[in-house]
Amino acid sequence: MSAPCLEIEGLSATLANGVRVLRSVSLTVEPGEVRALVGESGAGKSMIGKAVLGVLPPSIRVVEGRIALEGTELGKLAPRASRALIGARTALIPQDPLTALNPSRRIGPQMTDRLVKILGWDGTKADQRIRKLLDDVRIREPDRVLRSYPHELSGGMRQRVLIAAAFAAEPRLIVADEPTTALDVTVQKQILRLIVELQREHGTAILFVTHDLGVVAKISQKVTVLYAGKVVEQADTAALFASPQHPYTRALMAATPRYTDPMASLRPVDEAVLAGLSAEIATADRNWKPNARGSGHD
Amino acid sequence: MILQRTLTRLLTMIATLFGVAVVVFVVIRVAPGDPISMMLPPGASQADIDRLRALYGLDKSLVEQFVIWLTGVVHGDFGTSISLRQNVLGLVLGRLPATLELSIFALLIALAVGLPLAVLGARERGTAVEAGIDVANGVALSIPDFLWGLVLILLFGVLMPVFEISGRVSPQLDLPFTTNFYLFESIVRLRFDLTANLLGHMFMPALALALPLAAIIAQLLKQSLKELLTLDYMVLARVKGFSETQVILREGLKNAALPTLTLVGVQFTFLIGGTVIVERLFSYEGLGNMAIDAVVNRDLPLIQGIVLVFALLFVVINLVVDMAYALLNPRLRHG
Repeated sequence: MSAPCLEIEGLSATLANGVRVLRSVSLTVEPGEVRALVGESGAGKSMIGKAVLGVLPPSIRVVEGRIALEGTELGKLAPRASRALIGARTALIPQDPLTALNPSRRIGPQMTDRLVKILGWDGTKADQRIRKLLDDVRIREPDRVLRSYPHELSGGMRQRVLIAAAFAAEPRLIVADEPTTALDVTVQKQILRLIVELQREHGTAILFVTHDLGVVAKISQKVTVLYAGKVVEQADTAALFASPQHPYTRALMAATPRYTDPMASLRPVDEAVLAGLSAEIATADRNWKPNARGSGHD
Repeated sequence: MILQRTLTRLLTMIATLFGVAVVVFVVIRVAPGDPISMMLPPGASQADIDRLRALYGLDKSLVEQFVIWLTGVVHGDFGTSISLRQNVLGLVLGRLPATLELSIFALLIALAVGLPLAVLGARERGTAVEAGIDVANGVALSIPDFLWGLVLILLFGVLMPVFEISGRVSPQLDLPFTTNFYLFESIVRLRFDLTANLLGHMFMPALALALPLAAIIAQLLKQSLKELLTLDYMVLARVKGFSETQVILREGLKNAALPTLTLVGVQFTFLIGGTVIVERLFSYEGLGNMAIDAVVNRDLPLIQGIVLVFALLFVVINLVVDMAYALLNPRLRHG
């Protein structure tokens, strides 16, 4: 068996004041697999995605643990080499399509710049590739879209553009950071379907960050449930929905509205469960000593 | 739509210039000091004084004088300088190129210094490098241009004489120029010996004018860049594999330039205002130097002419800034 597409082992991160925001997170994403990373806002899901892509804000420090892309450990590479590897093997589908495109540059160059400037593709080849992907995401007027500025496109169109751009360089791993959260409900479904379609066609592994268990059920094969920067439960998606093991997971599921009787089924996460988890985490934090050797990342 | 906007713009410009004309015309006549008394020896007879007043039209009412002058201006006649006895328009246009060349050269220096510092400061945010840039900016900004002029004269004119401290060009040189844009013409005629001589004269006054502006550009642009650096499209560019410098230059600079541009436009007009004293300091034969003489001599027509030309310059700069703004910001282009 070859190395997993992404392997995170014992990853801990703190704020500048020493408060832990990630607590020994370990997870793997196998080639071609979609792993959902689910949790409430503030649980650290997006932070894990950013750590993988090497774009954590300077206020957050990785203090221990390792991240490996296809067997290559990022922390052991020089910053330039690690950035080159991330640029070549991964891509990001960002949360908010309204702010993820540069307002003063046309769509075309924003989609092809990685191919041409980083991967050294020929301009014509890059253009053909982008047009093929725009067709895949059902954009019918590629000429107009490529010439447009971001403000001339709708939110859904922009997210399609960003999805097409993410798949363009055939990355092995895509981090999708809540890619449908900022969109209308009607558009959300279309966008999810497009991501799944392209993922199957290209065999790309996806780390899919979301707070929406409904999305998890539709899109992923594996799930990691996160609470306060700590992995609570990991399982096959089907198994998790069939029989959630951890009380927090069960509580989270109970808090998700059902179509049949939305109000009756809707319950906030049980406070006893949260209190238990918080106590557990506090004890762990007291006994935790950051591992000096693991501070190589930045 | 575009026609209407251009027309509105043009009318605003004319109104601005008219306002400036009224203010300067009234102020220099109300302020104490009489040009006639500057021209006649002490003890001149009242009859002589009256005759001279009549000759320059100073015996008429303020409104009458203004109408006469404005009618002239509209027809391209700015009157005759009292102290130099020459056509004001000719005098002003003769000096304007020197001041324009000096100001634009100063602007180029400010950009050449300010832009790289801003990019470097944004890239090295939070480090000693950024702190150093902040300190340098503070110093450059808190010392006014004329004081920088004195400092530069002391440093590079006296202690280490590398640059000329006086004039626009060495007087013994034979100048083949047909216009007064000496620097520009010397380059076009490929007379680089003259270009070097002109730059040697121009460098210190230009640098004195440029330093405060360079600091403003560096500080403001750095700040705008730092605000942009956390935005999603910047993060996306980093994920794509671009280096921090590339991210700043490719994704940040154009967007950060917008707020900077507006201020640079305003500051550039201040810089042109600064030429008045700095040109004097370096005996540079420009419009500013002439303005001081005109004020000292109470040369009313010349002061009016110079001020009006300065005002026109400011209005044009504002127009250029607005056009550049629309060019940089695609959201303003159609609308």
